[in-house]
Amino acid sequence: MKIPLTYNLRNLTVRKTTTVMTALGIALTVAVLLSVAALVQGLRTSLQASAHPLHVLVTRKGSTAELNSITTPEQFQTVKAKPGIAKNAQGEPRVSQELITVVVLESPENPAGINITVRGLTAVGMAMREDARLVEGRMFRTGQREIVVGRGIAERYPMARMGRKIEFGRGYWEVVGVVDAGRSAASSEMFVDLNQLAADQGRQSALSSILVRAADQVSMQALMNELSSDRGLNLDAQAEKAYYEAQTSSAAPIQIVGTFVAVIMAIGSSFAAMNTMYAAVARRAAEIGTLRVLGFSRLGILTSFFIESLLLSLLGGLLGCLLVLPLNNMQTAIGSFVTFSEISFQFEITPQIMMVGLLFSLIMGATGGLFPAGSAARKQILVALRQG
Amino acid sequence: MSEWVIETRNLTKEFRRAQFKIPALKNADLHVQKGEFVALMGPSGSGKSTLLHLIAAMDRPTGGEVFVMGQDVGKLSEGAVARWRNAHIGFVFQSFNLIPVLTALENVELPLKLTKLGKSKRIEHAKKALDVVGLSDRLHHAPRQLSGGQEQRVAIARAIVTDPDVILADEPTGNLDSGSAQDVLTLLGRLNKEFGKTIVMVTHDPHAARTASRIRYLDKGELLPEGQVPEDWALTIPAKE
Ligand SMILES: Nc1ncnc2c1ncn2[C@@H]1O[C@H](COP(=O)(O)OP(=O)(O)OP(=O)(O)O)[C@@H](O)[C@H]1O
Ligand SMILES: [Mg+2]
Repeated sequence: MKIPLTYNLRNLTVRKTTTVMTALGIALTVAVLLSVAALVQGLRTSLQASAHPLHVLVTRKGSTAELNSITTPEQFQTVKAKPGIAKNAQGEPRVSQELITVVVLESPENPAGINITVRGLTAVGMAMREDARLVEGRMFRTGQREIVVGRGIAERYPMARMGRKIEFGRGYWEVVGVVDAGRSAASSEMFVDLNQLAADQGRQSALSSILVRAADQVSMQALMNELSSDRGLNLDAQAEKAYYEAQTSSAAPIQIVGTFVAVIMAIGSSFAAMNTMYAAVARRAAEIGTLRVLGFSRLGILTSFFIESLLLSLLGGLLGCLLVLPLNNMQTAIGSFVTFSEISFQFEITPQIMMVGLLFSLIMGATGGLFPAGSAARKQILVALRQG
Repeated sequence: MSEWVIETRNLTKEFRRAQFKIPALKNADLHVQKGEFVALMGPSGSGKSTLLHLIAAMDRPTGGEVFVMGQDVGKLSEGAVARWRNAHIGFVFQSFNLIPVLTALENVELPLKLTKLGKSKRIEHAKKALDVVGLSDRLHHAPRQLSGGQEQRVAIARAIVTDPDVILADEPTGNLDSGSAQDVLTLLGRLNKEFGKTIVMVTHDPHAARTASRIRYLDKGELLPEGQVPEDWALTIPAKE
């Protein structure tokens, strides 16, 4: 790089207002893109955290979600007897038949209410959620209308705090405990006794899904094949990981709209950068002529103005990263297309996401800077000198 | 190999504007020896600047050749001509043309960026050049913090820092008050006498021309023979005191 970088940096500082305005446009564009990326990343992290690598989710053939799956106690018994299933300390297979339903909870943000997953399960099922830690109160007791809520629910819905009663099924259910499951989906669910819920709903013989813990990776694949191909069972078995990963698509509309807006803004920002750089080239025509007389080549001039545009956009990119930083770890929620209830999670801004933002800003700077830099390089020396 | 630092043969430049041809320079044969200080004079539009620009390869002639230190400048490629100019030509403009965002020292260092010199050597050379023009105490001043005369002296330091074969100056005192103009002329005279620099200077000022060892006149694009002055020219020259 022959023409020193200080030359570009000082020129950017000299025309402060233009630089800041142009950079701000780029910053907003980057911020939009990064917000969407942070949302998707947060959702992905939450969903990935939800899945245990050895868990197999068994649902009725053809049903896409736990919620609309129906399994019977007989099927449960058959599944339990399959080979390759992990056993707990008592020697029982780690298989949990569960009943999933939704209740509407109101919050100050959503007075109309939001669908929240209620999961009926047994102690075996609860124990399979290893990352769920009781942080307040106690577990629900069998045969009681008692609820243990995920921490995210307790925080966001005043009506689901410790000691409160929620009405659904055939009566009032008391919140007796809070579990912290980190970023996993369990933090946005409520847990109750399977039999009590089934009795309330009259679904003792029509439960939802079955969760199975495979003994190891090898038997997991065999187990899934076995479960899916058993014609008598008529069930689907998939890795819990895959099930949750599919739910990342719930963010697709936001992702598509957000990316579309960011791209439109990026085109605008590129033109703004181009405009700024054309003005710089015009204002510094005599300097360009002088640099040429001093022996700098056309390529040197091109490089210098191109780099100046990149620096300008990089400034915008950094500003954009700063703008979205407060979003990091901010709690949010999205309606899942798979479970028809809410998944709550946190925006997550990773270094990779910021790198993407900076790269995106550099692309804007490059597209905006190429033509002005080219026009600077094409100038005839004497013409340039006269324009000064 | 020519013995001349500058030699032009039949050097011609025509500008085309629509269907008109403007002959800016017609068959000029200029010879400048090493260590000479030549002043170019002549009425406005007579082709003085055009001649300087062609010597510096800032423009291409429409006819004839330019040799600098025996090098046929017209034979250099686009890329080579930039490097050649950096190494062999120091150009001084009427309007100084310093880079406004760079300090005096950085302005003078700039042409050395194209050489193989390392940072410390570049700074050393730039400081030396600024010392020669008497501005050692203004190294870190921006151009707008300098007077016109000081700016032009920085520009001269920038022109000599690469130790070029020729210094070309186009009305270097044209934008200066008489005091600063005198400083610049004295400086150019010193560069010629003490440092043996070959200088070609365009000027309108007969007093300035007298600093030179030789004056050549141009008239309507013609380089007049040695000693010949344009018609009516005597009227504009004040008598020597
Ligand atoms: N780019 C150009 N296009 C057309 N004509 C030009 C161009 N540059 C110079 N000329 C013409 O060429 C002639 C010589 O111009 P030049 O600039 O060499 O004169 P000069 O002797 O330096 O004059 P001055 O003393 O006013 O600087 C003039 O008639 C001028 O109008
Ligand atoms: Mg001129």
